[in-house]
Formats: sequence, structure tokens, C-alpha cells
Amino acid sequence: MNSLVLRTATPFLVALTVLFSIYVLLRGHNEPGGGFIGGLIGASAFATYTIAEGIRAARRALILHPIAIAGIGLFLAGASGVASLVFGDAFLTGQWWFPAFAPDFKYLSTVVLFDIGVYMVVVGTIVAIAIALEEDR
Amino acid sequence: MEGAFAILVGALFAISIYLLLSGSLIRLVLGIFVLGNATHLLIFVAGRLTREEPPLIPAGMKFAEAGFANPLPQALILTAIVISFSLFAFLLVLAYRAYQALGTVNTDEMREAEPVRAAPKLRGRDV
Amino acid sequence: MSDASAWLVVWPVLIPVMAAALAAAFWGNARAQGAIGLAGVLGQLVSAIVLFAHVWQNGALAMSMGGWPAPFGIALAADTLGAGLTVVACVAALAILAFGLADTNADHHRAGFYPLVLALMTGVAGAFLTSDVFNLYVWFEVTLISSFGLIVLGGRREQIDGAVKYAILNLIATTFLLIAIGLLYGLTGTLNMADLSLKVADLPQDAVLETIALLFLVSLGMKAALFPLYFWLPAAYHTPLPTVSAIFAALLTKVGVYALIRVFLTVFPESGELAREAMIWAAVATMVLGALGALAEADIRRFVSFTVVSGVGVMIAGLAIGSETALIGAIFYIVHSIIISAALFMAAGLVVRAGRTAQVEDLAGLYKGSPLLAIGFLLVGLSLAGVPPFAGFWPKVYLVQAGLAEQSYMLVAGILLSGFLTLLAVGRTFAIAFWRAAPGDAAPARLTEALQGEGRLLYASLGALAILTFAIGLYSAPVVEASTRAAGELLAPGPYIEAVLGEGALPADTAIRVETGEGGE
Repeated sequence: MNSLVLRTATPFLVALTVLFSIYVLLRGHNEPGGGFIGGLIGASAFATYTIAEGIRAARRALILHPIAIAGIGLFLAGASGVASLVFGDAFLTGQWWFPAFAPDFKYLSTVVLFDIGVYMVVVGTIVAIAIALEEDR
Repeated sequence: MEGAFAILVGALFAISIYLLLSGSLIRLVLGIFVLGNATHLLIFVAGRLTREEPPLIPAGMKFAEAGFANPLPQALILTAIVISFSLFAFLLVLAYRAYQALGTVNTDEMREAEPVRAAPKLRGRDV
Repeated sequence: MSDASAWLVVWPVLIPVMAAALAAAFWGNARAQGAIGLAGVLGQLVSAIVLFAHVWQNGALAMSMGGWPAPFGIALAADTLGAGLTVVACVAALAILAFGLADTNADHHRAGFYPLVLALMTGVAGAFLTSDVFNLYVWFEVTLISSFGLIVLGGRREQIDGAVKYAILNLIATTFLLIAIGLLYGLTGTLNMADLSLKVADLPQDAVLETIALLFLVSLGMKAALFPLYFWLPAAYHTPLPTVSAIFAALLTKVGVYALIRVFLTVFPESGELAREAMIWAAVATMVLGALGALAEADIRRFVSFTVVSGVGVMIAGLAIGSETALIGAIFYIVHSIIISAALFMAAGLVVRAGRTAQVEDLAGLYKGSPLLAIGFLLVGLSLAGVPPFAGFWPKVYLVQAGLAEQSYMLVAGILLSGFLTLLAVGRTFAIAFWRAAPGDAAPARLTEALQGEGRLLYASLGALAILTFAIGLYSAPVVEASTRAAGELLAPGPYIEAVLGEGALPADTAIRVETGEGGE
């Protein structure tokens, strides 16, 4: 789309939205939020970027193919479930690790890894759909 | 409250079936979308309605006190919404491609895969 | 609950999903995707065999995801039926993938053939191994989404047309399944099938339960291609690549049949009278109309589609009769049908390749041109019709025996008539397309290009399935033994319920009902 206002605002908008999506992703650990909703917000950032700058720029910005991003995310989510095998728990049981120097740091867990995986799956899938729809026109 | 929602669900089902019976592919796709939403609402009502009591465990407690909304239907609906959303996206693209490839959205004219053929000309002696 | 042996039930679902993720991560690298695809299905097959061996020795096995105890958490559970069907599905998938290596081209790989097949296998294994009805719906959607991607691979006009019908009718079917699940949840407050089995038995057997059972029959019957809801199948299955048709015909309708068996024997063992009555009529109509459709069809791939429909009727006939002998027949027939449907679509694909047309009347002299293909087609065709030395014969023996014993003469007549009509249709197709001499001086259609290099895979995979169906026919004892145990477990679900819900979940009177084996009809 050839709009000066949109193209000027997009870099700030996209940076802010991606930042916010990561905040929502990490907040989901103990409060409303999480990988899915964070991923949707992140995908909307890339959708905005696609509308403003075109598909080629969006593909460059993502580096990887969107479906490859989704694949890596799915693999992370699956792998986070397998981690509990080592500890003798059922599939997908959450495992936490509290390092000695920062016992209150709660983000070192398979649950967070799972959420990051979901985030990547959602971003990858939605961006792939958006690009496919955009390419069609 | 459940009664009002039941009527709303019924109305949505009626709308979706009206759309599904239409001969236009676009209306069919919209009908499936409304059907999905009616179903999500149905699951929500089937899980009983509790207003203004989110199923959140307050800080410093092990479990929430009685009287909170049933979280399971919400989880089911979230799953179903995600699935129906992605399928709806696929259907939209498919309908568009079908219009491009077949030049029509009238389901009666979409006979590419099942062409109307004349009866076979084979006779017994050919075999 | 959480020891390493319980993990056995997770691997057949987890291995293909991880492989699908890896294959998607290697987007654009067809060689890596192909290797991951083969390794994924092979790994799934090995894990399914290990699971089956474990279930065979130690009985039903269950694991609750995340350690949340069932019925609150989602549990995967394997009994003889679920584990056995997973093994057979993996065997068929491996043969189909080998066929696909030669059948697909670079464009199909770029569009994600391998990740989609792996995702489909995840959904199939998940549906066979889950013990949660909502989870069952999710696995149905996983297979559905990946099948959407597969059916449009290639993107020819008739494929788009077939995909529209396939997509819309299957989406309506899964939405109806969701409605049935939602109503059942509203009634019982649980989604776990083992828990449902106990709770539904205590409910008043009224119209509400009857309606829910009917909704399950309608939605799952649509997935399984049961009369009068099968029209999407012959409208779509002949359009995609032969590989894709083979994998759909082998697995998708069978997942629907499996779900019907699971729901009606585990969740509603004693309710849903109306649904059972409807099931008898639907089974007879499906068998006979499917065979008639096959007889009337001029397109060889649509002919195969109709035989798949007819087979679904035979399986549902077993469920409708409901006795142990009938279930043995139905389960044996599912195993037989998974192999035979894949082989038939492969053979039909090769016929179209050799003759360059799918119209039976335009094909001629294929026997002269490609005798191997003719023999392969005849072998699987005869097995399909249920001629004695082949695998298709034995399940029908059990079904007819059971039908006579339970005085369901209608179903017996349907099974025999559909078998006869199918034999006629196979014979007609063979006589016209293969046996008949090519008219005039036209060179006999020849499958030369397929016999070189990678093309050998096409014959090898078809041959492997044809030999498998022949071997099962000659030595059917292992399949009969496994089907017998699976049928017994279905009619007395006590151990399955205890595996899912834990020891002591069964109330005292249920235990008695289970011991006397009166869990079924």
C-alpha cells in the first residue's frame, strides 16, 4: 500500500507491537496472557509491516520462511514435553529450574519453552496465511 | 439466562442452515462460519453460565473459592475457535481459487470433478 | 502412571508430530523433508509395534498428559484395537509413502507434501489412541487440516472442485461432532470416554441421550462415509494425486469407523436404541449402493471410491449387529480395508498412468502392455470382493455367521449382495480395461517409464500390499486372534476404564456387568 502516513508510522508501530507481544508472552506465565495471544499480537505486527512495505520486505524481515518458523516452534513445544521423561514424569509435565544465584527467577522452565513454541507456531502460521492472501491480489 | 442463550443459539443455527442450503459458495462459507459460532456458544451454555467470576486463583491461595465460572468450556471454545479460524481462512482461499479456476461460485455449476456423461457406448461383443 | 512404559502410548503420536515440525522447519529443502518423512513414519511404525506388543502382554495402557489425573486431564490410552489399528495404519502409510516417492514431483514437495503427510499420520494415531472425546475432535481436525493441504496438491481444476465439496461437507461433519460433544459435556460434565462410560450408564435413558447418540452417528457417519452422507467421497477421492487418494482411502474413513465403534461401545454401550436401528439401515444401504455405484461407474478411480464406500457399510454392519463374532469380523475388515483401499488407489493411479485416461471404456489391452499391473489389480480386486483365498473373505464369514446367529437377515443379505455386486464390478473393469484386446492396430498401453529407476517403487509398494492381503488370507490366524481380543475388550471395557481412571474406578455393580460380558448389546 502506498501511504506515506502508514509507511512513516510502521517502523515504530511494528517495534512497539513486537515488544508488547513478547511482554504478553512472558506475562502469561502467571497472569492472563501467554504464547497464543502473544503470537497473535506479534503476527499482527508482521501483517502491518506486510501491508506497509510489501511482501518481499516482509519475507526479508522474517529471515526464515514463516512455515519454517512454525515448524521450529512446534518442535520446541514438543521437545519441552519430552523433557519430563528425564525426570520420570508424564508427557508435558512442567519442569522448573531455579538457579542458586537467583532463586526468584521463574522463567527457566519447560512451560516457558512450550509457550515460546506456541508463540512461534502462531506467528508463523498467521503470517503464512496473511502472505498467501496478500500474494493472491 | 441459559434460556435466552438457548434461543440465541437456536437462531444462529437457523441462520447457518439457511445459508448452508444456498447455492452460492460464498454463502455456504459464511454459513459454516455462523454454524461454528453457534456451536461455540452452545458449548459455552452447556458449561452453565456464571457471570463476573473469572476462574482465576487469587494471589497467595492454592485454589479458587466456590462460585467461579467453569473454565473447561472456555478452554474447549478457545481450541475450537482457533481451529475454525484456520479452517475458515483455508475455505476463503479455496473459494477464491475455485472462483478463479472454475469461473463460478454457483454450486450447481461446479461439476468439474463429476462431469455429466452420456451413457457408455460399450456393447457385450466389445468385451 | 508416569513410569517409562506409559510413555509407549505417547511415542506413536509424538514421533510424527516432531517429524512434521522438523520437516516444516526445513521448508524448501525437499531432500531433507523426504528423509525426515520416511524416518518419521518408520519411527512411528516401530513405536506402534512396541506399543502393541506391550498392550498384548500387559493389557490396556494409559497416560495422563502433564500428570493431571484423568478424568480432569487429557489421557492417551491404548487397548488392542487402538494400538493394533495404529500399527496397520503405519504399515499402509509406509507403503503409500514409498509409492509417493516416485509419484510426487518437486512442485508437490515445495507445497509441503511430507510435513502434511506426517501431520495426517499424527492425527490418525492421535484419534486411535485418545481416550477423550474432545481430544478426538481435535485429532479429527488435525487430519482434516492436513488433508485439505494434500487434496489440492497439484491444483488442477477438478481437484479444486473436489476439494470444495470435500472441505465443506467434512467441516460440517466435524462441527456436528463438536455439537454432540458439547451437549454430552453439558449432560455429564466430563469428556473422558472411560468416565463417560460410567456416567452415561447412570443417566436416565431418555430422548436427550438418544438425540446425542444420533448426533454422534450423523457426524461420525459423515466422516466414515455412511449412507446417506457419503456423497463427498466419490466427489473428491478421485481428484488428487494417486498417493493422496491412497492415503485418504486407507486411513480417513477408517478413523471415522473406529470412532463410531469406540463411541457406541465405550460411551453408549446400552443407550442409543434409535441410533442403532438407524445404523442397520444405513449399513445395508451403504453396502449395496456403494457396490451399485462401483458397478455403474465409468471412471476407474471413481469406481475405487465407491468400493471404499461399500466397505464402510460392511464394517458398520458388524457394529450394528454388535455381538462378539460380528465385532471380530468388523475389526478384521477394518484391517483388510486399510490395506486394500490403499492398494486399489495405487493400482488405479498406475492404470491412469499407463492408459493416459481414467475412463474404463477407453482403456484396453492393459494386460498385454503391463501384465504385472494386471496381476496386481486382479489380486487386490478379488480380495476386495471377498473371494476365498484372500483376506477379504474371512471377515465376511464372521459377519455372516454373526448376522445369522443374531437373526439380522437384512444385514446378511446386504453383505452377500454387495460382495456379489463388487465381484461383478471388479470382473467388468478387469475384462474391459485389461483383458479386452486394444482396438485396431493401436499399440497396447504400456507402463514403460514406470518400470525404470524410481518407478520400480510404484510396483514394489503395490506388490507389497497385494502380497500382504494374500498372505493374511492364507494365514489369517494372527489377525483373527488380535481381532478376537480387541472385540472382547470392547464388550467388557472394565480394564480399559481402570487403565484410564486408575484402580478402583469401577463401581461394584459395573464390575459384575463387565465380568459376565454383558457390556454390549
